[in-house]
Amino acid sequence: MVKWSDFERAAIQDIFSKINYDVVGCAALSRCLIVYPWTQRYFGGFGNLYNAAAITSNPKVAAHGKVIMAGLEKAVKNMDDIKTTYKDLSVLHSEKLQVDPDNFNLLADCLTIVVAGQMGAAFTPEVHGAFQKFLAVVVASLRKQYH
Amino acid sequence: MVKWTEEERRIVRGVWEKVDIDEIGAELWARALIVYPWIERYFGSFGDIFTTTAILNNPKLAALGKVVLSALDTAVKNIDHFKAMYASLSRQHYEKIKVDPDNFRLLAECITITIACKLRAELNPQVQATWQKFLSAVVEAMSSQYK
Repeated sequence: MVKWSDFERAAIQDIFSKINYDVVGCAALSRCLIVYPWTQRYFGGFGNLYNAAAITSNPKVAAHGKVIMAGLEKAVKNMDDIKTTYKDLSVLHSEKLQVDPDNFNLLADCLTIVVAGQMGAAFTPEVHGAFQKFLAVVVASLRKQYH
Repeated sequence: MVKWTEEERRIVRGVWEKVDIDEIGAELWARALIVYPWIERYFGSFGDIFTTTAILNNPKLAALGKVVLSALDTAVKNIDHFKAMYASLSRQHYEKIKVDPDNFRLLAECITITIACKLRAELNPQVQATWQKFLSAVVEAMSSQYK
């Protein structure tokens, strides 16, 4: 089971209390689609993703960004058992959406860059470490039901 | 050979102009060692790197950060042919320091995140994509002499 230090718990709660959910999810997903264009293949029904401007102003991308943040919030509220919390989500991504799990790391990287940009100097190396540990656990939990 | 559009060249130079080598260099290795602790194995002669506080205050790490960014400066200024210029650096990391090349990618991530904290909204999706393309080329150049 993942062990969290008091610092790590506090850092994660702090980050999620400060970031703007409406902005961060959309920004992270947009960056993923722009920086790693092959991820667009999973969003065939999202309409215009032909360039960066289209992606960042696409309402379906924005809406899906909020879905992602809601999913992350569940992990933040259940830090001691993210694996069980994400069991159905993992099955969904594996069996129905058929997402290559390597892509979870790409979205996680984009999320880190967005949060770093939002927090600026407050995203210290220690806070950065705690956040990446959290995302590593999230990614591992999403991968868990893949066979 | 990597092809660069005029726009991409402008973006890379634009990001680099805003990087203070002393400031960013000092933080760079701190993030790498805190977020990816196994990297400590390469720093046996750097003194105390065993706590977050020690890492953040270690002068040898800060100095090495500047060395890395000085090398990156060479790449920015010679964007069309730095791969050849990096050959001896790559050989040194392969034969002498024996660095697992996966770590180049991790350090590149830490560079991007340190810059994201500094540049914030200026590191927009387009700029991030171009900057990451540049760092991928640097990572590839660093890996070029590995067999």
